[in-house]
Amino acid sequence: MESPLLDIRDLRLEFRSYRGVVKALDGVSLAVDKAEILGLVGESGCGKTITGMSVLGLLPRQQARVTSGEVLFRGDDLLRKSEHEMQRIRGRLISMVFQDPLASLNPVFTVGDQITKVIREHKRVSKKAARDAMCRALSETGLPTHKTLLHSYPHQLSGGMRQRVCMAMAISCDSPLLIADEPTTALDVTIQMQILKLLLRLREELGVAQILVTHNVGVAAQTCDRIAVMYAGQVVEQGPTVAVMKEARHPYTMALYECLPQGKSAQELLTIPGSVPDLIDPPAGCRFHPRCRRVLDVCRDVRPPLVEVARGHRVACHWVAEQSGPVRIPPES
Amino acid sequence: MSLRLYLVRRLALMVFVLIGIVVVTFFIVRVVPSDPAQLYLGARSRAGQVEEVRRQLGLDRSLVVQFGGYVGDLLTGDWGESLRTRHSVLEDILHFLPASLELIISAMIVAIIVGVSLGALSAYRKGGLIDHGSRIVAIAGVSLPAFFLALLLQVIFFRVLGWFPVATQIDPVVAQTHPVTHVTGMLVVDAFITGNFVAFADALWHLVLPTLALAAYPAGLIMRMTRSAMLEALETDYIKMARAMGVRQRFIVLKYALKNSLAPVLTVIGLMFAYSLVGTFFVELIFAWPGLGTYATMSILSLDYPAIMGVTIVVAFMYVFANLIVDLLIAWLDPRVVLS
Repeated sequence: MESPLLDIRDLRLEFRSYRGVVKALDGVSLAVDKAEILGLVGESGCGKTITGMSVLGLLPRQQARVTSGEVLFRGDDLLRKSEHEMQRIRGRLISMVFQDPLASLNPVFTVGDQITKVIREHKRVSKKAARDAMCRALSETGLPTHKTLLHSYPHQLSGGMRQRVCMAMAISCDSPLLIADEPTTALDVTIQMQILKLLLRLREELGVAQILVTHNVGVAAQTCDRIAVMYAGQVVEQGPTVAVMKEARHPYTMALYECLPQGKSAQELLTIPGSVPDLIDPPAGCRFHPRCRRVLDVCRDVRPPLVEVARGHRVACHWVAEQSGPVRIPPES
Repeated sequence: MSLRLYLVRRLALMVFVLIGIVVVTFFIVRVVPSDPAQLYLGARSRAGQVEEVRRQLGLDRSLVVQFGGYVGDLLTGDWGESLRTRHSVLEDILHFLPASLELIISAMIVAIIVGVSLGALSAYRKGGLIDHGSRIVAIAGVSLPAFFLALLLQVIFFRVLGWFPVATQIDPVVAQTHPVTHVTGMLVVDAFITGNFVAFADALWHLVLPTLALAAYPAGLIMRMTRSAMLEALETDYIKMARAMGVRQRFIVLKYALKNSLAPVLTVIGLMFAYSLVGTFFVELIFAWPGLGTYATMSILSLDYPAIMGVTIVVAFMYVFANLIVDLLIAWLDPRVVLS
């Protein structure tokens, strides 16, 4: 089998804070194939964004320490790269767009200047060639390429256009992997769909693989090929979108669905009892056990391994494992 | 709003500010217990003369009538006669102003270059050697009074090291052998544009110490302001985005972050320009610099009210004008700023 484009293996990451060491990521393993869209779903603070940022080495090196694991991009461990090497990779091989497109664009430079800067940072091309590349990227994202747009400042554009400009910047150097961190969250509902369609089109037409970080299960369901559900710095369930959506097995995933407001009145709306654990002193065993309905004795002490319950569908849960009598997935060599 | 309309409005506002200043200074100067007529005549005057001069100067009329007369004269370009020098105040000011402007401008140039570059560098390498070093320089610059620093510089660079002249604008011998043609009144500038390089070098050499004395405080403040504005800018999402796109750190700091930090820095620069107008009073006295500061100090000490009024109006005008320039520059740098 062909090796994946991006392969995160057992990533552990800690933050130093004045209260103590925050174990933000605890053994996260994810893989993204070429031209595949992986959805990273979970509550705020579960480590989705941190995972994305750590792939690009964007976390401050003094505070955020990777304690173990590998981030293999085309077989190359990004965690071993120097800052200079990472700078050459960002924007060219892996790009990232963020939640708030207005804040993401520099307010005192024109849109055109900012995109051409990225292109000329990575390719030794003439101004003319950079402009052409920028226009290609802009039309790819469905934006006009006339002077009015190129000479506008971010605050003069609409929210949807700003996010398209960010996307254009991200694909301007033909990077094969895009990490989109809540790209629709700050936008109007009417615009959200357009941006999601754009993500799909970038995959269809340019073959851009993506990690879509979102707290919105609906958004992930519409867009992604596979979904990984994260809880408190761990991946608790991952698999093909249909499997994770229709046959969710992990009690956390199921609880997450029950919290969706679709067609429910306020009285019917459920919440997950308890609160997100403190990652300075996380619960032993399964990190979800204090809030879990199906909690077993073993959950309090032993961390459940990811277990394959169906083809490509893995769940980290003692209760699921007990029910289905699974095969343990051998660790990849 | 169009730029022209904005300028017209700002200039109109400026007129009101100046009127207010004229009113306030006129009455405050007159409240001070002194007898201008006595001052005008000097110590050896006869009793009858004082009454005579009082009538001549219009001091026997009511304060309001005097004020009306003064404002009327101001508008026609007659700023009164200095009681001390017996010259027209406007002529005196135009004579002394260029030397001060030369000093202030050179101090501001030094302060801006040193302040912005060291501020930006200390933000870029926060906690590094430059950051700690420039912090000490900034604190020293801000906390040492200009007159003390001026004396200190004279002791070190003239007395001990002998590198720079102690005072005045130009060496008297050079002034004789290579006289500078009067063009702008700023000695260094005039010497340069008339190609008088001997005088230029000498005048520049004389300019160094007073410039440093005057630049220290603005440089320190500009440095700290640049640093904190830069650190704030470096925390923003657009900097994170630029990093995520692989833009080099150097470019991010020196261009993306710096341009965003300049608005608060420019505001400080505007205020510092006004500060220098007053700071130069001490520095000029200590360095025997024949500028407006020396003139103003002498006028204040002798309660020469037409001269005090004249200097106050000029300083107020320059302060208001500098602020207008700063506002225009900020609007030019930041497309989000709407002039209104």
